[in-house]
Amino acid sequence: MATTAEGFDIHDAHDAHDHADHKPGFFARWFMSTNHKDIGTMYLIFAIIAGIVGGAISGIMRVELAEPGIQYLGWWAQLMGGADDINTALHMWNVFITAHGLIMVFFMVMPAMIGGFGNWFVPLMIGAPDMAFPRMNNVSFWLTVAGFFSLLFSLFVPGGSGPGAGTGWTVYAPLSTSGSVGPAVDFAIFSLHLAGAGSILGATNFITTIFNMRAPGMTLHKMPLFVWSVLVTAFLLLLALPVLAAAITMLLTDRNFGTTFFDPAGGGDPVLYQHLFWFFGHPEVYIMILPGFGMISQIVATFSKKPVFGYLGMAYAMVAIGVVGFIVWAHHMYTVGLDVNTKMYFTAATMVIAVPTGVKIFSWIATMWGGSISFKSPMVWAMGFIFLFTVGGVTGVVLANGGIDDNLHDTYYVVAHFHYVLSMGAVFSLFAGFYYWFPKMSGRMHSEFLSHLHFWTFFVGVNVIFFPQHFLGMQGMPRRYPDYPQAFQFWHEVSTYGYYIMAGSMVFFFVNIGYALVAGRKAGANPWGEGATTLEWTLPSPPPYHQFETLPVITDAHDYHDHRPATA
Amino acid sequence: MGQMHTRMKLATLAALAAGLALLAPITATAQDAPAAVETAAAQVAAPDAAMVESVTDAANATGGSYTPMAPTKGKGMPTSFQDDPMKSLTFQDQYSDNGKYALWMHNDILMPVITAISLLVLGLLLYVVMRFNRTRNPVASKTTHNTMIEVIWTIVPVIILVVIAVPSITLLARQYETPPEDAVTIKATGYQWYWGYTYPDHGEIEVISNMLSPEEALKRGEPGQLAVDNRMVVPAGVPLRIQTTATDVIHAFAVPSLWFKMDAVPGRLNEKLLTINEPGLYYGQCSELCGARHGYMPIAVEALPPAEFAEWVKSQGGTMPGAEEAAPAADQVAALTAR
Repeated sequence: MATTAEGFDIHDAHDAHDHADHKPGFFARWFMSTNHKDIGTMYLIFAIIAGIVGGAISGIMRVELAEPGIQYLGWWAQLMGGADDINTALHMWNVFITAHGLIMVFFMVMPAMIGGFGNWFVPLMIGAPDMAFPRMNNVSFWLTVAGFFSLLFSLFVPGGSGPGAGTGWTVYAPLSTSGSVGPAVDFAIFSLHLAGAGSILGATNFITTIFNMRAPGMTLHKMPLFVWSVLVTAFLLLLALPVLAAAITMLLTDRNFGTTFFDPAGGGDPVLYQHLFWFFGHPEVYIMILPGFGMISQIVATFSKKPVFGYLGMAYAMVAIGVVGFIVWAHHMYTVGLDVNTKMYFTAATMVIAVPTGVKIFSWIATMWGGSISFKSPMVWAMGFIFLFTVGGVTGVVLANGGIDDNLHDTYYVVAHFHYVLSMGAVFSLFAGFYYWFPKMSGRMHSEFLSHLHFWTFFVGVNVIFFPQHFLGMQGMPRRYPDYPQAFQFWHEVSTYGYYIMAGSMVFFFVNIGYALVAGRKAGANPWGEGATTLEWTLPSPPPYHQFETLPVITDAHDYHDHRPATA
Repeated sequence: MGQMHTRMKLATLAALAAGLALLAPITATAQDAPAAVETAAAQVAAPDAAMVESVTDAANATGGSYTPMAPTKGKGMPTSFQDDPMKSLTFQDQYSDNGKYALWMHNDILMPVITAISLLVLGLLLYVVMRFNRTRNPVASKTTHNTMIEVIWTIVPVIILVVIAVPSITLLARQYETPPEDAVTIKATGYQWYWGYTYPDHGEIEVISNMLSPEEALKRGEPGQLAVDNRMVVPAGVPLRIQTTATDVIHAFAVPSLWFKMDAVPGRLNEKLLTINEPGLYYGQCSELCGARHGYMPIAVEALPPAEFAEWVKSQGGTMPGAEEAAPAADQVAALTAR
């Protein structure tokens, strides 16, 4: 039972070298992949490509916003095949904000966190040879890719007063139904269907894998926190995404088949769409950050050379965040005309989330407390995460107050808030995870110097971009505006300079990857030392094509924070 | 504010009396009517005489006078960094009681709390960096639990949140006060891409409000992107019943200096109380993505003393409530005379 090698005799028949490293041919390996590590690698490469596209779009937007007036939108509109008039140019703006949001959420953060690191390290950390449904894993990936192409395709077909879908990532009806003529919005919606289906399949795969394929002796309470975070995330995906699928299917039928789910003229209600969307949308923000929490826990423990503080509290704080995340959705809708009791409830419920989040922040600090910390590249990103996520979290407490939100709703304050938790929270955890696991995945060490340089320039860049946006929001600058009154000019210009710094810092990242792959030092099984206690560090770097053909056994004698088998 | 409110009521009464006076000749019980006019006129103090006159004129549907108010720099509009660095960092000054309360809550409760929490986390991180680095602390402790501290960092945030919740719930309750029956109703309708303001209590006046071009705004000395051709004119110091709706897609009626934002949703009529403390010009912008020109349908609310508001109503061909009742009566007189 403990060995899995017998099942692969067919390969041994014609292959002399180590069976575990036998790899299929190029096409079969990368297009019909059933290997969790290969699929994870493809997800990461896909996420990096999508991140470049989404990041470039944000660059276009920041350059446009550097000064009042419309400077470049017309040029972009014509490049995409639109007419040479102001409405087409302004529509282009809405296409950019929509594409930036959808790409970053569905095609950068989610594929990187869950598809990339989840695929790579959940089986390794629980001592499993692969995911439970390897073929379905491949389907998940290619559905996500298809979704991305559907979204890119939407940029080149009519979507109202110009090419592309200009509805915002929230796709609110009726702007997305009667308000946008042409097939672009249909393609954008279909892209969400595809990506959503891929994520639902991925979620079932992770849940099955984690529940059924843990190494002997690894109980739920001995699982590494990253695995816990992916488990909670998978449940959020499984429960939230079908609601999105239903909502956007109704959008499609409203658009194309004469239904009136969201059209008051036929007895429908535009606000119904918002309830459905945010019932998905709020868990979605935790879907984007929870795996990050898990990675930060692993990294902080590793580099402090200490087991994570308050393991059970950390695990159940994530469960609590997941549960409460489902009952706070209407705080995205404070201004739609909710009645007073509803608004009071959502204010109170939203603030409750600050408690488990606080538990996590303080537990990370307590993990470092008394530790013997080495400030390797993953650790500096993790510490940056903890501080910036706190800043994004406390502005969330401000926005949670329905009465305060009346002024800040749909302003740059909200933009600043969610970029602090995503573009600094989620993205910092992604970089932390990337530098943490890159030696394991590639077998090569990256340059610590370039990683630190990347960190500091990125840290300065994103703060210069987003901190002034709090000021703009409080002064009343609305979101999703291509143009603004002269009074907002100064802080917008500062914000744009921040973008240049951030974009420049990405050069260090790519140079670092290139350097590591070409000339990087070979990485040993465990380059991070005694603090790295999870199972992936017991394997060579990179791990064999198939691992754990003899399952590791985790004994009870073992401290549950140290997940290696007793013999290791 | 209360004073202005009373003045409004008096004006209404006077207008009503004027209407009654016109009715007098054809009403059997009209003997007391002229006396009522005299009483009303006597009650209205001298400064209000002009207003009574204007209201009476309104009943006769002749034009009133109205000159658009010039904006005051820094009031009801964003402040640039160049004009005042400190003001450009925070909220606009507030001109409604609820706005002042919300601003107080933000500045005196939320800001200190979130600043303290952020600095605490930053301080702890810096301390850890200096005290527990590999050089100063070569041997890591193995502590993984401390029930007391875990209980503390769960309970203390709960207490902080309860402290925040009290003013937060109070603010919500205040924002949701039902407008009094005699509140001035203004219905703001969002269109792609302009606003329409109707005044159902004032003879269904409809104001269509489009953004001015930057050149035109400059010429009029108003901020570009915020200035409009026809403003939403309202009385200051009087409860307003603001209603919002839309005909095409969702828009949002938002004025930052009044702490007011309410979505305009097709098929719905949202309603909220707003009382503007003092006359002034308050700019806002559409705050829900509504298509290509989302950024080009600003809102300009001009709050006037009630007397001037009545003048404006007259200039728009509207009627003050009460006077409205008189108007058909006047028609009736004319009809009877003709016969």
